[in-house]
Amino acid sequence: MGEKRTIELDVATTGVDAQGRPVRIPVGVAAPEDYAEPDIRGDNMLINIGPQHPATHGVLRLVVELDGEVVKRVIPHIGYLHSGFEKLGEYRHYNQIIPLTDRTDYLAPMANNVGLALAAEQLMGIEITERCKVLRVIACEISRIISHLVWLGTTAVDIGAFTPFLWTFQERENFYNLQEAWTGSRLTTSLTRVGGMMADIPEGFEDGLRKTCRGLINTLDEVDRLLARNAIWCGRIQDVGYISGEDAINYGLSGPMLRSSGIAYDVRRDRPYLDYETYDFDIPIGEHCDIYDRYLVRMEEMRQSVRILEQALERLPDGPLNASDPRVILPPKSAAMSDMEAMIFHFKQVMEGVRAPVGEVYFSIENGKGELGYYFVSDGTAKPVRWRIRPPSLINLAALPKMAEGLLLADLIAINASVDIVLGEIDR
Amino acid sequence: MELNSSPEQASGALVSQISPNWVTTRLDFLVNWARANSLWPMPFGTACCAIEFMAVAASRFDIARFGMERMGYTPRQADVLLCAGRLPFKLAPVIRRIYDQMPQPKWVISMGACASTGGIFDTYSMVQGIDTVVPVDVYVPGCPPRPEGLLYGILMLHKKIRGETLADPDLRVERPLEPGGLRIPPRLVDELSEPFGNSVHQTRSA
Amino acid sequence: MNPSVESLRRAFGSKIGRATVSCGQTIVYVEPGSIREVLQWLKDTPGEEYNYLVDVTAVEYRDPEPPLEVVYELRSLERRAELRVKAELCKDEPLEVDSVVPVWNAANWLEREVYDMFGITFRGHPDLRRLLMWETYAEGYPLRKDFPLRGRFSRAEQVRRALHANPEANYSLDELSIAQAHRDLPADMRERLERGERAAIPDLPDGEDG
Repeated sequence: MGEKRTIELDVATTGVDAQGRPVRIPVGVAAPEDYAEPDIRGDNMLINIGPQHPATHGVLRLVVELDGEVVKRVIPHIGYLHSGFEKLGEYRHYNQIIPLTDRTDYLAPMANNVGLALAAEQLMGIEITERCKVLRVIACEISRIISHLVWLGTTAVDIGAFTPFLWTFQERENFYNLQEAWTGSRLTTSLTRVGGMMADIPEGFEDGLRKTCRGLINTLDEVDRLLARNAIWCGRIQDVGYISGEDAINYGLSGPMLRSSGIAYDVRRDRPYLDYETYDFDIPIGEHCDIYDRYLVRMEEMRQSVRILEQALERLPDGPLNASDPRVILPPKSAAMSDMEAMIFHFKQVMEGVRAPVGEVYFSIENGKGELGYYFVSDGTAKPVRWRIRPPSLINLAALPKMAEGLLLADLIAINASVDIVLGEIDR
Repeated sequence: MELNSSPEQASGALVSQISPNWVTTRLDFLVNWARANSLWPMPFGTACCAIEFMAVAASRFDIARFGMERMGYTPRQADVLLCAGRLPFKLAPVIRRIYDQMPQPKWVISMGACASTGGIFDTYSMVQGIDTVVPVDVYVPGCPPRPEGLLYGILMLHKKIRGETLADPDLRVERPLEPGGLRIPPRLVDELSEPFGNSVHQTRSA
Repeated sequence: MNPSVESLRRAFGSKIGRATVSCGQTIVYVEPGSIREVLQWLKDTPGEEYNYLVDVTAVEYRDPEPPLEVVYELRSLERRAELRVKAELCKDEPLEVDSVVPVWNAANWLEREVYDMFGITFRGHPDLRRLLMWETYAEGYPLRKDFPLRGRFSRAEQVRRALHANPEANYSLDELSIAQAHRDLPADMRERLERGERAAIPDLPDGEDG
């Protein structure tokens, strides 16, 4: 070899680089002739965030190229929760698909159920009753609120504030009590059926909902007091995560992501369903296109949802819950046990399912995350040929590299939180 | 005792040289009590069960009263791997690596139907139960299990831990596998994964 | 029927196929070779202005005769109009169609998912890789009708292949251009990816047959 080696080189930790040359030459050792000062400016670093990580909101993997703390490129990898929903849907009747939809966006399950039932009803040409429409509006707005509450709690934790997490999850528990009283389950509700609902609201639901909404407003005020003018909160999320209005449209964003970039598009207003045009509510639109605007938009959306809930409770009509077509809706058990015709309808629906006519439909609702769409293609049988979920979180997440490149690693985490993703929906 | 035996084996060997007596049972009691009441979870939350787990960690059901509020998101400092949610094949090497990175003593709780058996997802991309990939101590059924159900599962794990003894030198020995190796023979994987009951009929087209 | 169909027929003539209405929504069939032209025209023409791409997906019917369809769901935000454009791909020929990523960036991941699930190649896509399954997935394209629900291999074989996958693998050419990641790859894979080919399935060490 030729170079002088001293005891320090042998005993100390290896100070040699990949070619075997010493990186730090101790004082008193002659350097070999071909030794060159290492270039410590270095390459960019490639780090892997996830898929198991507390701040990725699920099993998302971000491969980040970093120059120090500055993000040069970020490449999201998904598919770590791919369950084959769309394939499973091809083997299920339309009513059997409803429990599957609970598990896509599991933060706001009732809205998914409503969306699927509306899509199937449009495909089959079924009219639902007035009571059913109002109850579905109540379900959608409760889902929006609990989805935004999760967003608020987990984003606060990502930015560093732990208290709002506990407060928002406690509020969610109050809504969970209502969901459980109505459907029997806290999270996987399977609320709707094609043509109606699984059950009517129980006694005390309306009073419970009013009380919960009042409590929610108090909690939102407290969280606002903690966060809205907080120096750390504002410093970390203002002017971070910018995406302009035209870019937002080009990237296909929807929901609060689109509205905080200044585009006034809400499926409830522009393609109304469930009589949303008859409710009196505002849609918050941001102007700065940053994370702080998304925070303000989502907080205000929760308050507007409470407004819609109060109106819905006022106008809840009495009357039948399910559509009256016996070929679609299961007859009541007492009739099925006593009347021959009802028993035959029950048998045909359970064994064969409800046949949809040949055709296709794309139906979308405004979820908490954005525009959730269901695309059904039917060939006349009881199971769809193709069931497609148009996931808002997938399309919103694709814009993450655009928003995060050039910012710091901590900003990347904040932007990832602000996109409000749910991996069940993205990966299906 | 060789230099490369683990402290567990060493102490186990030492303890087992002394016949079980009041001192060793008190030692077992103390060690197991300490371990059971400070299980630091490694939340491997994937899907809906992760939300119920977050609800358990929140104030209403409060996992902190069992000593578990310190969520070890790094496996190096965690005791119990809590797999909450469905596990697709793409995520299988990840959970195997996380499990391998956890130091002994470690336990695994499989939370929910999808983690235990694959749940309603008997499809091309879903692992039919994480016990084909990592060894499981407690299975908590439910879709998702109620928070009380998860707490019951944790208490069952406490009971299991209290039944352990330091005198058993084979208890905490981990059989090293190469990273891609199967833990259980393929025949058993197929047997655990096959559909049963009603699900054999669900691919029939009307 | 959406009036855009008439405008399309005037502008493109025979490249536009039949048009139907289903559940109040208009569907128009377009020749696959001219799909990008047509969609660019629909986005840019004043009066059409379909500036929002809602969804890109594909449909395969249970009957083996009808062709595979690639479905583009378009929307005009200002005019509040919607249109569904379909391109039919014959199953006997290679499944290829032009990518519309230059028209709307939203198509990037949506087309990758169609490639992953159906095997339809999008010419001109900047980064056509599998999105939901892992890169070296060998069983095929899951949403095709000849693909069984539980996959083609036995469960033990699927577990074995899954465990052999490297969870830190980086396959996009973007990531690999960073010197550090590039060096870690085996030499043949590095060359193959530099030439722009898909990663082949690595040879697995011999395990017990599943």
